[in-house]
Amino acid sequence: MTFSLPRLLALGLTASLGSTALAQSLTIESWRVDDRALWESALIPAFNRSHPDIEIRFRPTSPTEYDSSINARLQAGTAGDLITCRPFDVSLNLHQQGHLASLDSLDGLANYQDFAKRAWSTDDGQTTFCMPMASVIHGFLYNKEIFAELGLTPPHSREQFFQVLDTIKNNSRVTPLALGSNDQWEANQIVFTNIGANYWQGEQGRQALLNGEARFTDDAFVAVWAEMARWGDYMGRGYQSQTYGDSQNLFALGRAAIYPTGSWDIAYFNDQADFEFGAFRPPVEQPSDQCYISDHTDIGIGINAHSPNQEAARTFLNWVAGSEFAELFTNRVTGFFSLSSHEVDVTDPVAAEMIGWRNDCESTIRLNAQVMNRGTPNMEQELWVVSSQVLNGTISAEAAAARIQQGFAQWYEPQSD
Amino acid sequence: MSHRFPWHLVFFLAPALIIYGVFSAYPLVDTLRLSFFVESVTGERRFSGLTNFYTLLGESTWSNAFWNALWNNIRFFLIHMLVQNPIALLLAALLSLKGLKGARTYRTLIFLPTLLSVVIIGFIWQLILSPLWGVSEGLLAMLGLDFLFDAWLGNESSALTTLALISVWQFVGIPMMLIYASLLSIPDDIIEAATVDGASPWRIFWRIKLPLVLPTLGLVTILTFVGNFNAFELIYAVKGALAGPNYSTDILGTFFYRTFFGYQSQIGSATLGATVATLMFLVILLGVMAYFFAIQRRLTRYQM
Repeated sequence: MTFSLPRLLALGLTASLGSTALAQSLTIESWRVDDRALWESALIPAFNRSHPDIEIRFRPTSPTEYDSSINARLQAGTAGDLITCRPFDVSLNLHQQGHLASLDSLDGLANYQDFAKRAWSTDDGQTTFCMPMASVIHGFLYNKEIFAELGLTPPHSREQFFQVLDTIKNNSRVTPLALGSNDQWEANQIVFTNIGANYWQGEQGRQALLNGEARFTDDAFVAVWAEMARWGDYMGRGYQSQTYGDSQNLFALGRAAIYPTGSWDIAYFNDQADFEFGAFRPPVEQPSDQCYISDHTDIGIGINAHSPNQEAARTFLNWVAGSEFAELFTNRVTGFFSLSSHEVDVTDPVAAEMIGWRNDCESTIRLNAQVMNRGTPNMEQELWVVSSQVLNGTISAEAAAARIQQGFAQWYEPQSD
Repeated sequence: MSHRFPWHLVFFLAPALIIYGVFSAYPLVDTLRLSFFVESVTGERRFSGLTNFYTLLGESTWSNAFWNALWNNIRFFLIHMLVQNPIALLLAALLSLKGLKGARTYRTLIFLPTLLSVVIIGFIWQLILSPLWGVSEGLLAMLGLDFLFDAWLGNESSALTTLALISVWQFVGIPMMLIYASLLSIPDDIIEAATVDGASPWRIFWRIKLPLVLPTLGLVTILTFVGNFNAFELIYAVKGALAGPNYSTDILGTFFYRTFFGYQSQIGSATLGATVATLMFLVILLGVMAYFFAIQRRLTRYQM
């Protein structure tokens, strides 16, 4: 009934008694609860075919608890041998505290390009501390049956996008956009940084913010929130309390036509939706404009510096860098695209469509992933809060931009005038 | 006459003292101690006096969040005081009426939600209030109540009140039982004497029963206060640790959670978290002290 420190400490005590390590046995810490079956049925057996002497256990924690629990367990010395790494600062921080070992002497790293390693390297790029595993690409899924019924084609420009939304709203009973603002994170991670890349021209805009040449109050950023302010009309009634799970259900049941999301959701809908769906990329201003996509380096894997099984862990990471893992991971964990340079044929049609965008568009990572989340107020949280408020229609695009800029300038030297 | 050391006292006190000391007193003292330290990037702690308190109360990014959480917590408590406890008193008074049929069934039913897990309560109410899967607009329209259709848990203006009312719904059974027990302990002869003197049931309630259960109402107030200022699970289960929209449901418990454990890319700080926990402790301590000095001492207890 109450939440108290003593109880938490007692919980921590029981958690710490639960882990023991055998020689040649590795435990993987991860937030990908959904992938557990896949690791146990496909990835680990594949590894054991070539390395029968190393036993692997996959031990996931739920995503929202992962960062705090892994931090606490690394400090207490009870974390597993292999740590699944969040991109950029969260993992960098673990490396600086001495929890994640340097991987510089690992042969497998040669299989990755610099852009893939950047998310898990020190600021000077000298040391890499996690092996890149996979990226996710953001875009929109759409229900092909509803589109066919209404005679719609996937939009390329923003004008077409809103025409499509209007047609669905006026000519059918389904909700145009399956999106809610209750959980808040979608407003940033699958709306703002998804559609925004086309406004701030991907890397160019992100670098300009980092080196102080651009401000969040510039048109390129305010315009994204201004577009989001128009989305409220096309979301379901009461979307303010619609959760991410609600949105998934709404789309899976065929009650919504378009679902803004990332490639990680493909597997879920392959499983849950009994209609055909496709993907289209974030619309651009003019159909002929250069397009930009949010191609986010999302998952890496590193070695717990205090693990007694360093050799076995390094053997495993070298296998992760190989072509067998790339093939298995990309095609079995649908929607997560391997970051190594091995050529992989993507078998899932929607996943193949999304990875194909890399050929036409320029890739960028989530806007605030690098450096910008380091300060207080935490920009990731601030972006969740203001972006969901813009969707709710409770603040204006200008006010959202001003609040983010003000928080950013407060601690980031190049942004303070 | 020899004075032997009373070893049996030590023997009987030890189990309780040790358990209380290890799991309650020590963590509390250590939390207070930890709030005077700061942590470097590499995880080393050093003593820093009141730095954390200056950060938390002096820097606007932290202090705004802290005051917001405290104010929300006060509102959360006031709603419980204004809704939960009067309803509990009313229900207890009704249940203690002589000759009420099915009193036991009502009592059990009203107390039942208290036994359920907060997570289940949060989930059920989230579904009931969901505009998508919950009580539909059509059903409300049939009852002429369609103005009640809204995203009650999603709007900044209504989310905290809605959550507080869910909590009231769940916990109203506890104060009801306490007051009910206290009403039952009022001797029948006092009530009978009043009836013989011609007092109406209304008058009996206000002039005899209520003064006699006032000490219990005081106890209920303190329990509500401590419970509410330690609340966390319901908000976390329904709105997550970010307590949206726009931190409108953020209370001290969720604020502490984010500070101590971190959230997404916000990195947790054990020392600053301990500072928040210390402030929570002080708020509760001050509240309880104020209650004891201002109210408890003045309560008259009647010998029955």
